[in-house]
Amino acid sequence: MSQPADSAALTPPEAPAYQKINYLNVDRGVMSWLKTLDHKRIGIMYFVSVLATFLLGGIFAMIVRLELTTPEPTIIGANAYNRMFTLHGMVMVFLFMIPAIPGVFGNFFIPLMVGAKDVAFPRLNLLSLYVYWTGAVIVLIGVITGGADSGWTFYAPYSTTTPMTLFPVLLGVFILGFSSILTGLNFIVTVHTLRAPGITWMKMPLFVWGIYATSIIQVLATPVIGLTTLLVGIEKVGGFGLFDPGRGGDPVLMQHLFWFYSHPAVYIMVLPAMSVMSEIVAAFARKNIFGYKMIAYSSLGIAFVGFFAWGHHMFVSGQSSFDGGAFAVISMLVGVFTAIKVFNWVGTMYRGAIYVSAPFLYLCGFLFFTVFGGMTGIALATISPDVHWHDTYFVVAHFHFIMVGAVIMAFLAAIHYWFPKMFGKMYHEGWGMVGAAFIVLGFNATFIPQFLLGNAGMPRRYYMYPERFTALNVASTAGSSLLAIGFIIILIYLIYALIHGEVAGPNPWQSKGYEWRTSSPPIKENFEETLEYPEPPHTYQQPGEEVEHVVI
Amino acid sequence: MSSSDAAVHGHGGHDEHASNPHLAHHFDSIATQNHASRLGMWLFLGTEVLLFAGLFLGYAVYRHFYHDTFRFASHTLNLTLGTINTIVLISSSFTVAMAYNMVKKGNNKAAAGLLVFTILCALAFLCIKAFEYQHKFVEGALPGKWFTFEEMKGMPGANMFFTVYFLTTGLHAFHVIVGMAILMWVLKKVIKGQVDPTYYIPVELGGLYWHLVDLVWIFLFPLLYLI
Repeated sequence: MSQPADSAALTPPEAPAYQKINYLNVDRGVMSWLKTLDHKRIGIMYFVSVLATFLLGGIFAMIVRLELTTPEPTIIGANAYNRMFTLHGMVMVFLFMIPAIPGVFGNFFIPLMVGAKDVAFPRLNLLSLYVYWTGAVIVLIGVITGGADSGWTFYAPYSTTTPMTLFPVLLGVFILGFSSILTGLNFIVTVHTLRAPGITWMKMPLFVWGIYATSIIQVLATPVIGLTTLLVGIEKVGGFGLFDPGRGGDPVLMQHLFWFYSHPAVYIMVLPAMSVMSEIVAAFARKNIFGYKMIAYSSLGIAFVGFFAWGHHMFVSGQSSFDGGAFAVISMLVGVFTAIKVFNWVGTMYRGAIYVSAPFLYLCGFLFFTVFGGMTGIALATISPDVHWHDTYFVVAHFHFIMVGAVIMAFLAAIHYWFPKMFGKMYHEGWGMVGAAFIVLGFNATFIPQFLLGNAGMPRRYYMYPERFTALNVASTAGSSLLAIGFIIILIYLIYALIHGEVAGPNPWQSKGYEWRTSSPPIKENFEETLEYPEPPHTYQQPGEEVEHVVI
Repeated sequence: MSSSDAAVHGHGGHDEHASNPHLAHHFDSIATQNHASRLGMWLFLGTEVLLFAGLFLGYAVYRHFYHDTFRFASHTLNLTLGTINTIVLISSSFTVAMAYNMVKKGNNKAAAGLLVFTILCALAFLCIKAFEYQHKFVEGALPGKWFTFEEMKGMPGANMFFTVYFLTTGLHAFHVIVGMAILMWVLKKVIKGQVDPTYYIPVELGGLYWHLVDLVWIFLFPLLYLI
């Protein structure tokens, strides 16, 4: 890989190919990491943590899939199966997807993208990591010893009457909420107060816009899940009767409170994914972002509308048909904002100078999952088909497409795109594309059969199923093993790149993003000097200029 | 922007860092830093409001379900003690605001006195609340499965009023305790002279939190005791 000559205009001309004294090695020893206030190190610690939780959640998913290869009991018992899908859901939602992109890439890149030395409250930032660790440990201990079997949704009255000990899990989720709130609060204040002179709101990188919108949801919705878990816990331990119809309580109230957080939480997961893709599409199409303002505002639009769509989880919970209709229409508005983004991304690629690489392949996969996951979402938001699909594998496949597919694609794309900046090394592009192919194909192979299963009527969370569903279940499990192989390939070549990878240089992609305007890996203080920001962050051509292919 | 502007900008930042020990390295002026602190606190207060909002929703739902029971049950609470507690909390909000004012004027001694008074008010509130709770325990006017209140036996949803009552006032009492801890931390800073007319952000933020604790009660009092 040759060093691009013309990137000098963007990066400091004297920037070395590899910054010898960087944020990774400027202070040494374990304590220098545990006590660090540096947002980049906190991002790296989040990175390691969410990779570990992703591995755990993935193992649980594989156990669930293996169990479902035959209609009869296969490898585990029915109770263990219930605990496995609960573990998979809880770990993936609360420990992986919610903190993944904001915790890792938000922490690492938001200050770099707004030209700041750190986030607004560095100590709160470290605290959020410790709170995350505390919550994670409590959840894991709780699930392993207590044996939560309620699914990640812990609906009452099952969750309040199951013989399993659920309290530690609820406590853990409650604590994790604080971590999420602190992260979001920190980003909002950072964006408001720490933008470098010259970076106006309309010159903020789109990643920052997306994380900003996410943070608003984190701050406003998370307290409600905190309260909900608290109430379910009190109900389970104290018998207060709040969700117990036998004592005059209303279990549907619990569902309302739960989804008031957990529906916006979908956008806590997917908005960061979309914002990663807004960065990547411009960088790999070598073209000015199309419709900057529309992409920025549609993030806020999703954040806003997302607060009023929760009732579409409860079409069959006895809400009035007027409520159902209102929630259905509002839910479809999310599709409008998402479509605005999709059209703008495709518009950016149109007549661009596309550089095909691992991040770009993930972008393609992301577009596919977003569009098809989104369209099945519109279908599910329509009340009459939803009654048929409710609680079937169709829903499982839908949210794995739109939520998990989008997040995994963006998470992997972000790893590949920013790996050179974070570690100063380059991964092997050929293996990168092989890995991406496994992931995109494996994901489709896993979940397309589940769409079909759901449409044929297989309910979610069931331990056994009729003989006629066997073939599709086997197909789905086979697909998930492709995914597992893909992740193993990625892990191997990334670790290899970390140790033996070629030196990447300050800006190997020749990206115009602000975060590339420092050395790789960055120094502790982020930038050597105060920079100026004359141009918006996604400007690859001046008006009238042709797009230019680059050799990377 | 010309390069000389950038130089002036950078230079000005370094000056203020040298002269002001409260200024963190990643902010270029104390004004920006204070703005960030205030914004952060207001966002946090927003999360608190939403935390209570869930319980207020619960109140609304069950009041709608069991309207007559709730009306009856609210009369079984001790209105006199509730009113005294409201007055106590409003007074404490006034004194914490005065303490902030005094710190801004450089009178830390008066501010310390006012803060001590505020903390004593918080303590008085908790004592009165504990007395009320004790009364309810004796009567058996308790949430859910613990409910044995003779006076309201057989009324539909009677225990739900006390479920909501104990959850809301309990969460609020917890916030009073946290507020006391925060005010003590502020008091320590005032006594040690770590806040002064040029740097009073901790007093301001502590005061804001206390006002929120107050405000929640201002809503709880009429909902539980008066209507």
